[in-house]
Amino acid sequence: MANMELNDVQILLVEDNDDDAKLTIHALEKNKMEKNLVRLKDGEEALDFIFASGKFLETRNIAFPPKLILLDIRMPKVNGIEVLQKIKCAPLTKAIPVVILTSSKEDPDIQKCYNLGANSYVVKPIDFEKFALTIKDIAYYWLKVNQPPSLENLYL
Amino acid sequence: MEIAAEIILVEDNPSDADLIKRALNKNNVANKILHLKDGQEVIDYLFGEGQWKGRTTTNTPKVILLDLKMPKVSGIEVLKRIKSNPETKGIPVVVLTSSKEDPDIKECYKLGVNSYVVKPVGFEDFSRTVAQLGLYWLLINQQPKW
Repeated sequence: MANMELNDVQILLVEDNDDDAKLTIHALEKNKMEKNLVRLKDGEEALDFIFASGKFLETRNIAFPPKLILLDIRMPKVNGIEVLQKIKCAPLTKAIPVVILTSSKEDPDIQKCYNLGANSYVVKPIDFEKFALTIKDIAYYWLKVNQPPSLENLYL
Repeated sequence: MEIAAEIILVEDNPSDADLIKRALNKNNVANKILHLKDGQEVIDYLFGEGQWKGRTTTNTPKVILLDLKMPKVSGIEVLKRIKSNPETKGIPVVVLTSSKEDPDIKECYKLGVNSYVVKPVGFEDFSRTVAQLGLYWLLINQQPKW
């Protein structure tokens, strides 16, 4: 079948800033955790991907979610908060670990994200090396330490 | 003096609790761990009831490590209480359990657990996993301030 790899994604990175996306992918590559990674540039694309709609209608199956979503907050079209809300409200997608990865240290954002069900909230370190280490730790934790539910009967 | 614990470990098994504390101590967080032995104790702590009456409940921990199978009040019940109350909903809760049963895993995610970690069987793996867990929730994750 075409595009099977879109149904076997490890990390879905939703980030509109090209530099930040590059840094993130580079850090993952360095630690050999870039396999089956998809990067999208705004919240609308992310929703289409996650819910297998729009431009991903033919190539994605909602029952095979990415193992981890790294989600920026401030993005064009649909922002990260709205994406988070939609993921955490739908029984089929609710269990996907969502880590908010943002430069916003503002407490209302942090609070709001946790209230909407974000699994974790990480502020992007400004320092390049720290940023890379943080990405490594996030990927390691969510892909190797955390136990997601099985895909069978995913309805929560 | 009031304790402002950064990690609350809720674990009824003394040898598991020892192992977890030792692994966390490697990250130099010994003085910031509060070990509670059952579900009722953690509820009392969080909501300032029982022996914790009068505690400043706005001093929330950075993470709660929660066992599932415990006497009095189970981990599932504790998780339900934490995640259904707006005052405590934002506290990161990691279930740390020996249960690999998918119904348990699903139930926890459904109730809004932040992360679910199965205790590895071997000592080395157990220790490494707990150290990673401590690092992540204390240093990488940002919790809300109240």
